[in-house]
Amino acid sequence: MHIKDTIEGSFHIVGGDFSRAGEASTEIKSILQSLGFNKEIVRRAAIATFEAEMNIIIYTTAGILRYEITPERIKIIAQDMGPGIEDIELAMQEGYSTAPDWVREMGWGSGMGLPNMKKNSDEFRIDSVVGEGTTVEMVIYLDNTKD
Amino acid sequence: MRVDDLRDILSLQVLTEGIPLDAEVRGGYVSDLLSDVMANAKEGDIWITLQTHLNIVAVATMKGIAGIIIVNGRRPDEETLKKASEEGIPILSTKETAFVVAGKLYKALNVKEI
Ligand SMILES: Nc1ncnc2c1ncn2[C@@H]1O[C@H](COP(=O)(O)OP(=O)(O)O)[C@@H](O)[C@H]1O
Ligand SMILES: [Mg+2]
Repeated sequence: MHIKDTIEGSFHIVGGDFSRAGEASTEIKSILQSLGFNKEIVRRAAIATFEAEMNIIIYTTAGILRYEITPERIKIIAQDMGPGIEDIELAMQEGYSTAPDWVREMGWGSGMGLPNMKKNSDEFRIDSVVGEGTTVEMVIYLDNTKD
Repeated sequence: MRVDDLRDILSLQVLTEGIPLDAEVRGGYVSDLLSDVMANAKEGDIWITLQTHLNIVAVATMKGIAGIIIVNGRRPDEETLKKASEEGIPILSTKETAFVVAGKLYKALNVKEI
């Protein structure tokens, strides 16, 4: 599989809509699979994208999940209009979560989302303004990883 | 080993209707934390959990899970079963604990592989 141009797209995510959780990231995963990327690349992108989508659903009112694929890399951008994150360093710690009890009862809120996004990306950036929103940008390199 | 073999060995009750149970089971993962399953479960695993909420189907679909076994006699929400049917993820249940189910699964898979 060889990509010449940039392939991109985006999904609107509605905050609080748990019934559609995973739809956008599952769609992005199918796109990556149909482009013929190897399993490890698809696996990493899927984990990172799913967790980004979940955070928009759990913590914000709305957001956009965008993907941009070039011959060199996959870029995933999750941008939301949520409450923002006051202490990013704290939020990045494994196990830290402000998820309410009802969200934890569903199995979310173990504080592994952001750490897993970072772990599965080659580049990871997070920008957040309290009261405005959060943007997470993740890049996965594609060198020598195509089947 | 297929999902229907496990159903027989573990005497599991199949909760989803009309979903084929022919997926190959390659291993198993036990967890009630969805991010943990997202990060660590493997394609073809059977997922053993006591979570019953709708989102277990989203996680299972994303990971290519062969099937979900809900333990301790817990009953998933109707919308969970509906979603599972749409996505083709079999959900099975048992009164036994995760420990017992995992033990039997481990034994069953190893016996076949040796
Ligand atoms: N998009 C977001 N908007 C606001 N807060 C967020 C966002 N993403 C993460 N957070 C905060 O960071 C914490 C840690 O996030 P994460 O590592 O995904 O774990 P979890 O979602 O399990 O709590 C969350 O509990 C929340 O307080
Ligand atoms: Mg999270």
